[in-house]
Amino acid sequence: MAVLSDQGAQASRTGRGGTRASAGRGRSSTAAGPRRRGLSLLLNAVSVGFGIALWWGLAAAGFTLPTPSEVVSKAGTLLSDGTLQQDIVASLGRVLAGFALGTALAIPVGFLMGWYGVVRGLVEPWIQFFRTIPPLAIIPLAIVLMGIGETPKIFVIFLAAFLVCVISTFQGVVDVDRTLINAARVLGAGDAGIFLRVVVPASTPFILVGMRVGLGSAWATLVAAELIAAQKGLGFRMQNAQLYYDLPTIFVGLIAIGILGLLMDRVLLLAERKLTGWQERR
Amino acid sequence: MTTPPKISVKGITKTFTLGKDSFTALDDVSLDIEDNEFVTVVGPSGCGKSTLLNILAGLEEPTDGQSLVDGSAVSGPGPERGVIFQQYALFPWLTVRKNIEFGLKTARVSKAERRDRAQHFIEMVGLEQFADALPKMLSGGMRQRCAIARAYAVNPSILLMDEPFGALDALTRVKLQEQLLDTWSKEQRTVLFITHDVDEAVFLANRVIVMAADPGRIYDVVDVDLPYPRSEEFRLSTEFAALRNRVWHSVYHQDGRTAADSKHPTPSSATA
Repeated sequence: MAVLSDQGAQASRTGRGGTRASAGRGRSSTAAGPRRRGLSLLLNAVSVGFGIALWWGLAAAGFTLPTPSEVVSKAGTLLSDGTLQQDIVASLGRVLAGFALGTALAIPVGFLMGWYGVVRGLVEPWIQFFRTIPPLAIIPLAIVLMGIGETPKIFVIFLAAFLVCVISTFQGVVDVDRTLINAARVLGAGDAGIFLRVVVPASTPFILVGMRVGLGSAWATLVAAELIAAQKGLGFRMQNAQLYYDLPTIFVGLIAIGILGLLMDRVLLLAERKLTGWQERR
Repeated sequence: MTTPPKISVKGITKTFTLGKDSFTALDDVSLDIEDNEFVTVVGPSGCGKSTLLNILAGLEEPTDGQSLVDGSAVSGPGPERGVIFQQYALFPWLTVRKNIEFGLKTARVSKAERRDRAQHFIEMVGLEQFADALPKMLSGGMRQRCAIARAYAVNPSILLMDEPFGALDALTRVKLQEQLLDTWSKEQRTVLFITHDVDEAVFLANRVIVMAADPGRIYDVVDVDLPYPRSEEFRLSTEFAALRNRVWHSVYHQDGRTAADSKHPTPSSATA
């Protein structure tokens, strides 16, 4: 059976005496851990260094690219006059608002769809339909209906995050192992108990994956959302720079979006490790 | 009037329909199990033995017939019937201790008492050193011991075990059979134990029910009138061998509707 992991098979041979053996194995694997992590960090650094060198080389060879030093000095200028901070706050605010609203709605809707066939039947066609429309294509409609303020921008980001997260939450609920539900039932749990004590924890990994992918779509939608007559924001700054052929500013914007997205993903990854460490990983 | 049997299965039929085809998993099965009896059910796959267990557990509804526990009809699962699944069914996000406390929490047992009872059953199955470990850290045998402790913790009067040792290696299996009998002798319960292993069926039981497939039915009943505690000596004895041969024959050479129709005239005089 697949659930018999290799360390499980090990311990079963030695029975109770297996504690010592498995503890020993645990220690040796943690000793190998930092070394492996060190190696992969080194490889990451080498790769990034190589990428920057390549970029520099291409810029020096006459491609129409700003050099890394130009980009860094541009970032310095934008930082010192406060534009970069202002843009980051504006964009981050939109992404976080849209993402938070999207997941806050997606999780209960996903649960209801997974748990009640009626809700699924009513909601699913709409989700499948809107999923096929790129959020960009919603923008004209959003402008007409919601004007040109913050609302339509947050709305498209919300929609992008919601659609991704709702599907994975729903999948998580549907995929809960029947045996676990039966085990809870024979231990006396009612519907509410099964839902809170089995379905919610069992689908947490799916929800967190949904949130990570949802965050990706939220960022991806950001620049498009800031096409809607924005006055500040990373996407707006880049479009503005495009008019003036200001390549360094475009690069600063791109790199800022990349770094912010990466940082937010790390935070979710950390939450995932904390909350779903019980999973058996293959 | 005498007291009703602990478990009474009355003419249970279960048919599944798949499109136009229907499949009879259980055909008019009747069976009485007395209090504190250890009954094993053995038979080829498709004989409906797991379906029978699920019906008694209240996880499936029979198409026809009725099952009674302590004289009242089964409708849905209940804490007086503990179930142990082949796939262990431990909650992977809970530690061994929290798994064992799960049913106690449902029953709103106070925190202090939960701790005490969980500790008692953790010690009973010998998982003290793994009490705060997650299931992923446990071997198959330890997982099943945890599942047994979890079922015992809610103090059921009946244990329904669905091939609990089916996924384990032969050595672990023998060890767990002995531990199970040891536990059972200390904490007497009525046990219905499903297996596909003839040795296991004879080693554990007061009574072995042999089932046949297509349609699922009781083919033979073999009494194991031999005393507990049973150990390796018993497993290697000639009495055991004779009973095992008898059950083996019933499982692997099924002709007719029941054993009475073919080779064995009466399915009770079995002591060699």
